[in-house]
Amino acid sequence: MTGMITMAYLLAAIMFILSLSGLSSQETAKRGNYYGIAGMILAIGATIASSSVQAYGLIAGAMAVGAVIGLILAQRVEMTSMPELVAMLHSFVGLAAVLIGWGGFIAPPEGIAGVEAVIHNTEIYLGIFIGAITFSGSLVAFAKLKGLVSGNPLTLPARHWLNAIALLASIIMLVIYAKDGHSDTAFNLLMIMTIISLLLGIHLVAAIGGADMPVVVSMLNSYSGWAAAATGFMLGNDLLIVTGALVGSSGAILSLIMCRGMNRSFISVIMGGFGTSGGEVVEGDDGPQGDPLSMTHEDVADELDMAESVIIVPGYGMAVAHAQQVVSELTEILRKKGKTVRFGIHPVAGRLPGHMNVLLAEANVPYDIVLEMDELNDDFPETDVALVIGANDTVNPDAVEKPSSPIAGMPVLEVWKAKRCVVMKRSMASGYAGVANPLFFKENSRMLFGDAKDSVQDIIKHLP
Amino acid sequence: MRIAVPKELNSLEQRVAASPASVEKLIKLGFEIDIESGAGAEANFTDQAFKDAGASVTQDQATLYKNADILIKVLAPTEQEISLINSGTTLISFIWPAQNPDLLKTLSEKSINVLAMDSIPRISRAQKMDALSSMANIAGYRAVVEAAHHFGRFLTGQITAAGKVPPAKVLVIGAGVAGLAAIGAAKSMGAIVTAFDTRPVVKEQVESMGGQFLTVEITEDGSGTGGYAKEMSQEFIDAEMALFREQAADVDIVITTALIPGRPAPKLWLADMVETMKEGSVIVDLAGEQGGNCDLTQANEVVVAHGVTIIGYTNLPSRLPTQASTLYAQNLVHLLTDLTPEKDGVININMEDEVIRGATVTKDGEISWPPPAPTLTAAPAAAPAAKVEEVVKPEPKKTSGAQIALYWLIAGAALLWLGKVAPQEFVAHFTVFVLAIFIGWQVIWNVSHSLHTPLMSVTNAISGIIVVGALLQISIEDNTVVTILAAVSVLVATINIAGGFMVTQRMLKMFRK
Repeated sequence: MTGMITMAYLLAAIMFILSLSGLSSQETAKRGNYYGIAGMILAIGATIASSSVQAYGLIAGAMAVGAVIGLILAQRVEMTSMPELVAMLHSFVGLAAVLIGWGGFIAPPEGIAGVEAVIHNTEIYLGIFIGAITFSGSLVAFAKLKGLVSGNPLTLPARHWLNAIALLASIIMLVIYAKDGHSDTAFNLLMIMTIISLLLGIHLVAAIGGADMPVVVSMLNSYSGWAAAATGFMLGNDLLIVTGALVGSSGAILSLIMCRGMNRSFISVIMGGFGTSGGEVVEGDDGPQGDPLSMTHEDVADELDMAESVIIVPGYGMAVAHAQQVVSELTEILRKKGKTVRFGIHPVAGRLPGHMNVLLAEANVPYDIVLEMDELNDDFPETDVALVIGANDTVNPDAVEKPSSPIAGMPVLEVWKAKRCVVMKRSMASGYAGVANPLFFKENSRMLFGDAKDSVQDIIKHLP
Repeated sequence: MRIAVPKELNSLEQRVAASPASVEKLIKLGFEIDIESGAGAEANFTDQAFKDAGASVTQDQATLYKNADILIKVLAPTEQEISLINSGTTLISFIWPAQNPDLLKTLSEKSINVLAMDSIPRISRAQKMDALSSMANIAGYRAVVEAAHHFGRFLTGQITAAGKVPPAKVLVIGAGVAGLAAIGAAKSMGAIVTAFDTRPVVKEQVESMGGQFLTVEITEDGSGTGGYAKEMSQEFIDAEMALFREQAADVDIVITTALIPGRPAPKLWLADMVETMKEGSVIVDLAGEQGGNCDLTQANEVVVAHGVTIIGYTNLPSRLPTQASTLYAQNLVHLLTDLTPEKDGVININMEDEVIRGATVTKDGEISWPPPAPTLTAAPAAAPAAKVEEVVKPEPKKTSGAQIALYWLIAGAALLWLGKVAPQEFVAHFTVFVLAIFIGWQVIWNVSHSLHTPLMSVTNAISGIIVVGALLQISIEDNTVVTILAAVSVLVATINIAGGFMVTQRMLKMFRK
């Protein structure tokens, strides 16, 4: 029987790998998801079938309730709120890891001693530690994304020291705890560590600004994987280890991609506080910038009508204004008129990796006209109109033109090279990085102030 | 304040200083607009269209002038017109103060505040009101249209059933705004376009319009201040002439646009070159007003010499009256916007503002022309034009072979040590763990960027596998606490599994080709 269960786990692990590799292209993505579901059913089925699992009634009850809640959440969520949902789901994995760790502490396996006991205790400890950080960190991320707390980074004085002390204390306690995992002291140590790691999770995420949220969310994704892997070690379960490692490395890669998109090191993002260290808004020092020129909706409609090729660059502002449907409508109209319309997506646009793609897909924009930055950045000089909708830092020319700028070196969409660049924006405020954007003062730039959704609707109205 | 828009008196002038669209914008700035009846007729703007835009229409010119606080025109006023203008009125139009000192004197004596559209400094910020550029653009386009009209052949090459038609060859001399517009227009009609300019910096602009840039062997930079050209040395001119003589036999259409500010137009296309040209060729001389770039040009006339048609129209923008009026009116709107910062319909001639200062040629009875030299030009003015800021690129970090070997040694040693102290079971799990990380690493890099959100939600669902751990714990007997903890874990992990897969499914369904 155990042999069969192990094989079932092996199958499940393979299916999870196939599931992730299925996501490499749009064509195979759905199949990938089915592989994931199949693997999960197989794993849960095999576990329940094993002789050590008895409490069927309780399991059925808990799973039924959980499944219903999960399905309802997934059905109701709006695509603009995806980052919140993902953050919340991460916190569940963290919570489960903490609870299972404590369960493992309270009911230890019998007959282990010596090195084995030390390793087992370490595994429990690490599982709870990572789980707690994931749990509280995800809750803070959720609150920030939902707007329940301010998106600004919380920068306590000596925050790096606080983190270092918390980490150091946890390590010292680990050393003591690992040797003796069952006394009252051990219970206290574990409890203190749980509290410290919960606080650490809160503090880590609170220190990171809104624009860095894609990194945070993918980082938490990674943590939730490592938490599952640590739990797997504790229980001696290979499936948990494999799956945890897959998820952990997946999240780590996503964080890495996001960091590259901003040309910043992972460490500096994690340390948080971006946009506040440089404090004030950096004013352009290269001569008179003058007033940005604005344009009426009618003029924009005319420009679009005359253009042959258009690139739309959406940013978080489009998500905030829920403008994806009208943008899609505009795209449809322009495409019917025979114009080339494409979307240029910056890797860190939005609050979740790939956020813009999902929003555009929701609004029925064909995915083959939604391109990555690298795929179309060279095409701007031949483009008639670049339409920037709610993006700011990701289209800031300073990143390439001014080596002294705080965002220098960050890859950006070079919209200012288009013959005409129309920027839709609510106000002249700076983006999350707190850097002034000289794009607005470029000769071929025109501003279109107002809510993105209303603006696009107005443009559509004026299109002949 | 009340803005008056009179009808232009010059019979060659078909433009008008306002369009219905500009009237609407000016009203938004707080002005009242008064239009002379029929002012827009030749630009196809009817009195009714102006009325619909919110302007009032006046029949009598004298009344119009009498009620005006601001007068906007295209051409400089004639004496008859000046006599109608109240003193204290602000006049905005083309003036050409350098060529018309008497006019300037008369206007200042009458205490008329004058802003000359031709004197707006050519700096970046003022491009939106630069009427010279917008008119030059039209002139360049129209020059090609005029040339095509007088040219007996297609401009484009064709292969027809009746035989092959070669494309026309067009030479544009002077690649300023007009020249570039001409290059673009000729190119889009299918001609082969070459261009010549004394300023090497415009080579790129010529090429961007689809033209081929001609060069002489001598290197001499003809860039003057303000984006204009300066006069060249005799040696250069000789080389230039030789080049033109060589071209003359070859080209079908020549468009000359060479102007040096404040001087008569340079003679570039001499009589002997006209003689060399093929029968039926066309020359369009945009410098007709300043004496012409061609020896045989006669201002405002079309003449035929040696079988070559030479067009010397000086009112090319006016020959595209609707377009020219629209753009000129738009330039005026931009200028008036800057003049009324409060948007209350009251202008403020702020002499601190570089653009307004430059344009103002008389104010409060005094001549304020020429203005102090502009501080910034649209193109880099002086010699250090090639001052490109070097972007400091950090050297990519290179990891040497020795370093890599060191990393592996350390990692290997750590693993061996772990293998020595750790129990067999742990080693087995650890093997699985490390291999899984490598698989994950390889697989995830292939995930398409646009699928990152679905990837995240699917990994989220998969990390719900932690439910397996909870399931194993839930059945531990005689320990209610553990059972409760495990049951809660099962619950939240299941939310994850169901929610994660479901939302992934929802998202993936939305992606369509």
